Amino acid sequence: IRHSSAAGVFKHCVHSLSTLLDTPTLSVHLVDVKSETTAHLLLHSLCWSSSSPSSVVSGRCPQDAVGWIFLVDTAQELDSELESPVRMEEESEVELQVEEEEPEVMKQPEQPPPCLSEPNTQGIIKGSDLFGYVGIEAAGFEFNIMVVGQSGLGKSTLVNTLFKSKVSRKSCTPNYEEKISKTVHLQSVSHIIEEKGVKMRLTVIDTPGFGDQINNENCWEPIVKYINEQYEKYLKEELHVNRKRRIPDTRVHCCVYFLPATGHWLRPIDVEFMKRLGNIVSIVPVIAKADTLTMEERLEFKQRIRQGLQANGIRVYPQKEYDEDAEERILNDRIRESIPFAVVGTDKEHQVNGNKVLGRKTKWGIIEVENVAHCEFAHLRDLLIRSHLQDLKDVTHNIHYETYRVRRLNESNANGLGLSALSLENGTAEKSEAESQL
Amino acid sequence: MTTNTRYKNRPVKAEDGEEKEYVGFATLPNQVHRKSVKKGFDFTLMVAGESGLGKSTLVNSLFLTDLHKDRKLLNAEERIHQTVEITKHTVDIEEKGVKLKLTIVDTPGFGDAVNNTECWKPITDYIDQQFEQYFRDESGLNRKNIQDNRVHCCLYFIPPFGHGLRPVDVEFMKALQDKVNVVPLISKADCLTPTEIRKMKDRVREEIEKFGIKVYQFPDCDSDEDEEFKQQDRELKESTPFAVIGSNTVVEARGQRVRGRLYPWGIVEVENQSHCDFVKLRNMLIRTHMHDLKDITCDVHYENYRAQCIQQMTSKLTQDNRVESPIPILQLSTPDVETEKLIKMKDEELRRMQEMLQKMQQQMHEQDL
Repeated sequence: IRHSSAAGVFKHCVHSLSTLLDTPTLSVHLVDVKSETTAHLLLHSLCWSSSSPSSVVSGRCPQDAVGWIFLVDTAQELDSELESPVRMEEESEVELQVEEEEPEVMKQPEQPPPCLSEPNTQGIIKGSDLFGYVGIEAAGFEFNIMVVGQSGLGKSTLVNTLFKSKVSRKSCTPNYEEKISKTVHLQSVSHIIEEKGVKMRLTVIDTPGFGDQINNENCWEPIVKYINEQYEKYLKEELHVNRKRRIPDTRVHCCVYFLPATGHWLRPIDVEFMKRLGNIVSIVPVIAKADTLTMEERLEFKQRIRQGLQANGIRVYPQKEYDEDAEERILNDRIRESIPFAVVGTDKEHQVNGNKVLGRKTKWGIIEVENVAHCEFAHLRDLLIRSHLQDLKDVTHNIHYETYRVRRLNESNANGLGLSALSLENGTAEKSEAESQL
Repeated sequence: MTTNTRYKNRPVKAEDGEEKEYVGFATLPNQVHRKSVKKGFDFTLMVAGESGLGKSTLVNSLFLTDLHKDRKLLNAEERIHQTVEITKHTVDIEEKGVKLKLTIVDTPGFGDAVNNTECWKPITDYIDQQFEQYFRDESGLNRKNIQDNRVHCCLYFIPPFGHGLRPVDVEFMKALQDKVNVVPLISKADCLTPTEIRKMKDRVREEIEKFGIKVYQFPDCDSDEDEEFKQQDRELKESTPFAVIGSNTVVEARGQRVRGRLYPWGIVEVENQSHCDFVKLRNMLIRTHMHDLKDITCDVHYENYRAQCIQQMTSKLTQDNRVESPIPILQLSTPDVETEKLIKMKDEELRRMQEMLQKMQQQMHEQDL
């Protein structure tokens, strides 16, 4: 299984269910499920093997269905028409549709109409079909990304380039009201973007005013407050007596911190910010506007930054302690050796050798954003979206959120509030337990 | 008698007539030139701006020297506790027999801390100190070898990452506008496309006007200069603030060895006019306006300082009734507080009346249309 977000979800499903069902001889076959009736059939045949498939009531599965996972035991015999091992479809580049700014669920033009009559056995699983049954609700995945940095470092442009859609309003557009605000105030904008039937609800939290004043002491406090507020919200929802099936997740999954390309060292404000926030959120530092550094300068700068991070005890994502196995460690080591990524962002296209590429055109050449020889934007995108998106969410949920939760529950215990009904033994999380949202 | 007849008998030639009118002071410029070349020139340049904006690199490129060979960059821990320092490097360079004693005043640590309130104070203090020292020397008894350490020009580096001037830029330039010639520059211009450079320059110019910052203005060229010169002068004025790139390395471009920066996507040439305004800056700073910068420093900024200083001293003297003063000064008749207030009020009234007059003129003009 290629390391993609869908596969990540699937891995977690398999893990948790194998512990639940306690079946050692379990093998996984991916079954093509083009219709929801087939799902019903399969589910019934698995869990209640007494009932025959024909007695299943066919109907649409409810919108907020908790997932069914199809684990096909090789010992068990199934209808031959349903069993056929297939392969996952390769992910490829595609333009995302731009949705409007209201965070409502838009119409779904690409969902195949559920055919209730024939169970199709041949064919390739599409991610969209799978996710309906794995417990992700109709709005798709959620991802909350925060961008922090001084004004003019290209934060909004980078987010737009990352997600290939205009999700963030750039401050250099003509009608933008810009005064450098006296305090840092956070703005969050949500969009639902879609690719090949997979929906993602992306929230971008911007932090204008950070580091722009003459006196920048405590400019990180509004940000720390915001992050803790989101954890608090989630905690309250979790502790509720009647809690929702799916708690809306507004916690910040990833914080991209923009370092200006000075070429020297980490500045004091960078150190202060990352020290305070490295413990509550996953920080991904990037070197912004890196087209002002030559290759040698870039390498030296990165080395100095890494030294500075180490000297100050700052832990950035991916943290060494949370590597699960050797394979992940190797992958993450490679990433750790090349952070911070030197990125260049743009939304303009130019012609280079007959191809249209995203790039910045200057008098001395065109800087191609997606060319790895020019800048490391592709690496950042792969890290954030293609390989580690689910991991970011997991680290936020299992580590940062749990740390916050333990702290809060300890506090309330110390204050004698009635929250002590919850036992605290299972509070500390181990990542392998994967308390996923299934 | 004989001499007279001799002159009369000679046939009158053209040169004779001219020689009669020729006094000979047309050679003065040559004399001055010879003396100055013997004495040599001096120039003090200050560079200010956050670290990492390419100040030292630009100075090296401007004067084709390598002033900071063994510079050690501090790491983050050391820098948290750093305050703004003032460092001076002096270098003697010579070109075609003309000697120049160049002093570069650097300001490491400016704008680097988390709290940058009044981070320009050490810089203004330094400039005032130089003025004071010159003032004392000038008023002293032995004025033969006065060392002129006054800062003639301050290059202020604006980062290209922002959207124009930041609060710290505005405050700094306002604090220094009356003490030194401030020349704002857009640094590291190789991270901006031509459109972005234009936008940034327009923004900076607008904000300079909006905040009323007095940066160094190029003197207007005389009206009898030829059209080409005027055109050049106009272009120079319109392209301020200059967007500059500096480089310490020499690269191979288009078959020549030039100062530049090598990127995977192309080579930036520092001296290519279409790449950046480095050539314009160098011409302005060194080739055409160096003396003007010195003149304005001496005639305007220093005189302002001197007048202020003297006024303070005399007002103190009249208050304390002290007879002796550290330097010999004339007793100025400083107006007392009452008359000063009156003068100010009258000035205000005058200004208001002028404004009203202007408004009325405008209204009349509109009515006519």
